[in-house]
Amino acid sequence: MGWLNAVIQGVLLGGLYALFAAGLSLMFGVMRIVNLAHGDLGVVAAFLALALVSGTGLPLWIVLVVTVPLFALLGYLTQRVLLQRSLGAGPLATLLVTFGLSIVLQNVLLEVFSADTRTLDGGSFATGSFKVSDSISVGYLSAVTFLLACGALIGIQVFLSRTGLGRMLRASSDDQETASLMGADSRHVYGIATAIAFATVALAGLMFAIRSSFDPAIGPSRLIFAFEAVVIGGLGSLWGTLIGGMVLGITQSLGAQIDPALTLLAGHLVFLAVLAFRPQGLLTGRTA
Amino acid sequence: MTLLSVRDLTVHHGQLRAVDGLSLDVAKGEVLAIIGANGAGKSTLLRALAGLNPPTSGSVRLDGRDITRLPAHKRVAEGIALVPEGRRLFRSLTVEENLLAGTYRRRPGPWTVAAVHELFPWMADRRGQNASQLSGGEQQAVAIGRALLSNPDLLLIDELSLGLAPVIVRRIYEILPDIVGAGTTALIVEQDVSQAMRVADHVHCLLEGRSVLRGRPADLTAEQVEHAYFGIGAAPSTATGTETALTGQEGHD
Repeated sequence: MGWLNAVIQGVLLGGLYALFAAGLSLMFGVMRIVNLAHGDLGVVAAFLALALVSGTGLPLWIVLVVTVPLFALLGYLTQRVLLQRSLGAGPLATLLVTFGLSIVLQNVLLEVFSADTRTLDGGSFATGSFKVSDSISVGYLSAVTFLLACGALIGIQVFLSRTGLGRMLRASSDDQETASLMGADSRHVYGIATAIAFATVALAGLMFAIRSSFDPAIGPSRLIFAFEAVVIGGLGSLWGTLIGGMVLGITQSLGAQIDPALTLLAGHLVFLAVLAFRPQGLLTGRTA
Repeated sequence: MTLLSVRDLTVHHGQLRAVDGLSLDVAKGEVLAIIGANGAGKSTLLRALAGLNPPTSGSVRLDGRDITRLPAHKRVAEGIALVPEGRRLFRSLTVEENLLAGTYRRRPGPWTVAAVHELFPWMADRRGQNASQLSGGEQQAVAIGRALLSNPDLLLIDELSLGLAPVIVRRIYEILPDIVGAGTTALIVEQDVSQAMRVADHVHCLLEGRSVLRGRPADLTAEQVEHAYFGIGAAPSTATGTETALTGQEGHD
C-alpha cells in the first residue's frame, strides 16, 4: 500500500507543479517568451506574503487573496512596460530581459530579506492530515493545493475557450497579425496573458512557501520543475502541462519511495527520457 | 458617395517602393477590383489599407475620416476588414471559433454567425471541426465570413482565387452580390483578370506600384488591359495618358 500512497502524493504534488508551470506555458504559447524569471517571481510572492503577514498581522489566507491579484496587475504592467519593448527586437532580447529580471529579483530579495531560509507558517493547516485508509493519509495542505491548482487551470481553460478575449489569446498565439485584423490590440492581449501567468505563479509560489522552506536564491531550482512539466507535457498545451506536472510529481514521489535521495533525480531522468524519445511532449497540439 | 479615398499613397515593402504615389476612390456600395501582375504592389496596397504596412507618405480617408496612421486593430472599429492573402485562419481554433474571432470588435450591422451560415450552409454542420482540416475553398469561405462578422463598411479581399479550383472560385464570387447588397463595399485584389472584369463595377490595373489603367470593365478593351497588365508598349508615364482619357469618359462618377 506504500506504493499507492506514493502515487496519490505524487498526483497531489503534480497539481502544484502544473499550476506553477501553467504560466510558463501560457507565456511561451502566446508570446513565444521563455520567462527565465518565472521561478523567482514565485519566490518574490512568497517573500511579499511573509512581509505582509509579519507587518500587518493579517491571517495568511487574506494575504494570499491580496497577493494573487496584485501579481496579476504586476504582470500586466511588466508586459506593457518591460517585455513589450523587447519583443520587437527578437527572441534573444526577451530571453536576456527575463534573465536580467531573474538576477535583479534575486539580488533585491537578498538585499531586503538577507540570505536566511524562511517558511510561511501555515499552522495546523500545513501539518494536519486526514486518513483515507490505514496506510493512506492526505495532508490538508496537499489536498487544498491540488484543488486550488485544478480550479485555477479549469478557470484558465474556460477563459480561453469561452470568452472573446480568451479566444483572441489563442488566435494571437496562432497568428498575431491576423488577430490584429480582428481588432485585437496585441499589447493588451499579451498583457492579459502575462497577468494570468503572474497570478498563477504567485499562487504556486505561495503554496510552495507553505510546503517547504525558501530563500532568495531558490527561484532557478524551482524553475527547472516548471520547465520539466512543460516539456514532458508538450510545449504550449495547458492540458499537456497538467499531465506533465502529474508525471513529474508521481515520478518524484515513487523515486522517494525507493530511496529519498532519488526524489529529484527520478524526475530529471523522466524529463530526459521524454526529451530523447518524444521531444514534442506527451500531448501534442496547442490549445493556448 | 465616396467611401474610401486614397491620395498619393506610397508604401515601402522593405527597400522596395511597392506602392508609388497611388490615388484611388471607392464609392459606397460598389465593387472595385485591383488587377496586376505579381509584384505590382496589389497586396501591399491592401495591407496598407488594413493598417498592417505603414505608408511612407500620402493619405487614406474612410468616410471623410483620416485613418492614414491608424494601426490595424483600430481600423476594425472604423469599418475596415481584410481577408488576407492565403486565408490565414487560426489553425488551432474550430470553424465556429474562427467566425467568432471576427466578432471581437463587432460593429452594429446585418452580419451574424447565423447570417454567415445562411451564406455558406455547410458551415453550420462543420462548426466544431478544426480550421486546418478544411479544403482551400472552405477556408476561403470561413475567412470571408470571419471578416464580414465585424460588419465592415469596406471589405478588402486579397487574392481570393489564389490556389483554388476555378469552380470553387466561381461559387465564392457568386455570393459577392449578396455581400454588397447587405451594404458592404468591396475592394478585391484579383490575379484572374477575366474574373475581376466579370464581378467588378470598376477596375484598376497596377504596374510597379502605379495605377496605369482604370475604368468600367465595359469601357475597357482586352488590348488595353493586356497592355496595362504587362506594361507592353507603354512606359507607365505614357499609360497615364490612357488613364486620363478614361477618367474623362466616366465623368459621372
